[in-house]
Amino acid sequence: MEKFIKLTATAVPLETENIDTDQIIPARFLKATDKAGFGENLFRDWRYTKDENLNPDFSLNNPSYAGPILVAGDNFGCGSSREHAAWALKAYGFKVVVSSYFADIFKGNALNNGLLPVQVSPEFLEKLFDYLNSQPSGEIIVDLENQQISIKDSGEAENFEIDPYKKTCMLNGYDDIDFLLSRRNAIKKYEDKQLQI
Amino acid sequence: MKKTLFDKIWDSHVVESIPNGPDVLYIDKHLIHEVTSPQAFNELKERGISVYRPDKIVATADHNTPTLNQHLPIKDLLSRKQLSELTQNCEENNIQLYGLGHPYNGIVHVMAPELGITQPGMTIVCGDSHTSTHGAFGTIAFGIGTSQVAQVFASQCLLVEKPKKMRVNVNGKLKKGVLPKDVILYIISKLGTNSGTGYFCEYAGDVFENMSMEGRMTVCNMSIEMGARGGLIAPDDTTFNYVEGKEFAPKGEEFEKRKAYWKTLKTDENAVFDKEVSFEAEDIEPMVTYGTNPGMGIKLTGSIPTGAGKSADKALEYMGFVQGESLLDKPVNWIFIGSCTNSRIEDFRVAASYIKGKQKAANVNALIVPGSRQVADQIKAEGLQEIFENAGFTLRQPGCSACLAMNDDKIPAGEYCVSTSNRNFEGRQGQGARTILASPLTAAATAVAGKLVDFTKSLN
Ligand code: SF4
Repeated sequence: MEKFIKLTATAVPLETENIDTDQIIPARFLKATDKAGFGENLFRDWRYTKDENLNPDFSLNNPSYAGPILVAGDNFGCGSSREHAAWALKAYGFKVVVSSYFADIFKGNALNNGLLPVQVSPEFLEKLFDYLNSQPSGEIIVDLENQQISIKDSGEAENFEIDPYKKTCMLNGYDDIDFLLSRRNAIKKYEDKQLQI
Repeated sequence: MKKTLFDKIWDSHVVESIPNGPDVLYIDKHLIHEVTSPQAFNELKERGISVYRPDKIVATADHNTPTLNQHLPIKDLLSRKQLSELTQNCEENNIQLYGLGHPYNGIVHVMAPELGITQPGMTIVCGDSHTSTHGAFGTIAFGIGTSQVAQVFASQCLLVEKPKKMRVNVNGKLKKGVLPKDVILYIISKLGTNSGTGYFCEYAGDVFENMSMEGRMTVCNMSIEMGARGGLIAPDDTTFNYVEGKEFAPKGEEFEKRKAYWKTLKTDENAVFDKEVSFEAEDIEPMVTYGTNPGMGIKLTGSIPTGAGKSADKALEYMGFVQGESLLDKPVNWIFIGSCTNSRIEDFRVAASYIKGKQKAANVNALIVPGSRQVADQIKAEGLQEIFENAGFTLRQPGCSACLAMNDDKIPAGEYCVSTSNRNFEGRQGQGARTILASPLTAAATAVAGKLVDFTKSLN
């Protein structure tokens, strides 16, 4: 997994609330058996109109916006457990998703793929939207080490929470499989004990 | 310390706790299917590690399978490849697969319980969010992502932080025509789609105690739609009687031994929950959704709330509804009775009992998709097939089907579908399709009337 320490970059706002994983990557694109290529179909049905043209009203298609940070409305990633949603965001080029709320499974999937979910207060989220509306090329600083997100121009900042174990993983680029494999002895011991019950 | 049902099962599965970090949780059963497993198998191959406990894994093919002509090769090449990879991966790793055409094949959350693979007190995971279904047996069951599928392959364990605990109590007597699906749609409409995030939810009270296993599965299935990782109900005689005699359930003395342990699996009196809410059974009526998430539900006879804000406006525009209107008498061209929420034998019995001697309306396409081969066989054996066919309903072969429309079973853009599935997201049942979630009884009544009607008056 790629390491994540600190990122200063422009962002794409997506003010819709309750964005579910079916919107992030519709089910008809889940037939692949590898992780490649999902970026093209990220938000497919919002990005394209029915006749397959780019939808000019969708913010990912707005030429004023670009960058590896997605700032999205409340309750992002609800719905299905499909990790394809995290792969699609990653493959499209996002490294951070900011929202005021994340669905559990999505949050775990994102962290397992080096995509950092940053949960902010509803007030700070509003500030970010206002900032990006008035300043589309404005930069946001995401500092994982200090667990802080800030608006570069104004310096307004907020701290965010992350599980300390997950933070270490992200900072170092480790993943859970490495850790679990190192615990095989303890797992075996647990299994032996269970057999006796 | 007083413990909840959830604590008891969780604590007995903790291999070790990482200081300031998650628990290493042991997994008793790992269910897999074609869509979320291939990348996990690849991950293991790339790292050169083998599956640690293949005997604790059971595989089925369900999401991406056709519901017509299952004996023929699958036409869609990508789907065919996905299924053949599952077969190959299972063979290479000694994993039991109940693939297409096998008598045990079916939607993962329907086949595992009916085979006795799901048992009280277990930890069960699957790369599918509706794994919460199995909580109906008093198990800790939850959906995981593909990276976690790989973790369980590698170690039979997961690194997870212990969730918080909530309890939803519903007491009293349910009104006529109110099914378990209405109960859970009601709860979600009251609590909202992220009320359960970070929680495991126990359902308690006499409404659940008096419910069949099928009904309990319908309720626990939709726990994820309020954001909860899982839901669970304490096992009791209804549970034990259901499990006993099932193919893979313990037998004889071993069953009695297990049962003695299962009986201890209940929340201690005075155990503390992080959150607790209560509802009255009498307040619940048949429910329908009007929007694009399962929390946007109203009574069948109610009207769409007014003044709900930007998100709601977007949802209503997609659905073609307006604030304040009633859904009664809305013409509906499609109904779908199926999905892991409502495709068990009891669901088809209740639909058939309403439909018997009636005809579907001419404008309606009525799709019936059993959850498993066993359910399909029982539909035939009980004579329900005739009832459906005489009424003009189409009975298909088992699978996820129009619940997620990965195969050919799609609802056309702009059309309404009263569906017994669990998600009414934009495009879930096909691009542009408009889903109204409801119970099998509401779906059956809609098919007959060709529109949403208050059928409760005609029930005897
Ligand atoms: S029936 Fe629907 S919700 Fe259930 S497992 Fe299949 S796709 Fe998922």
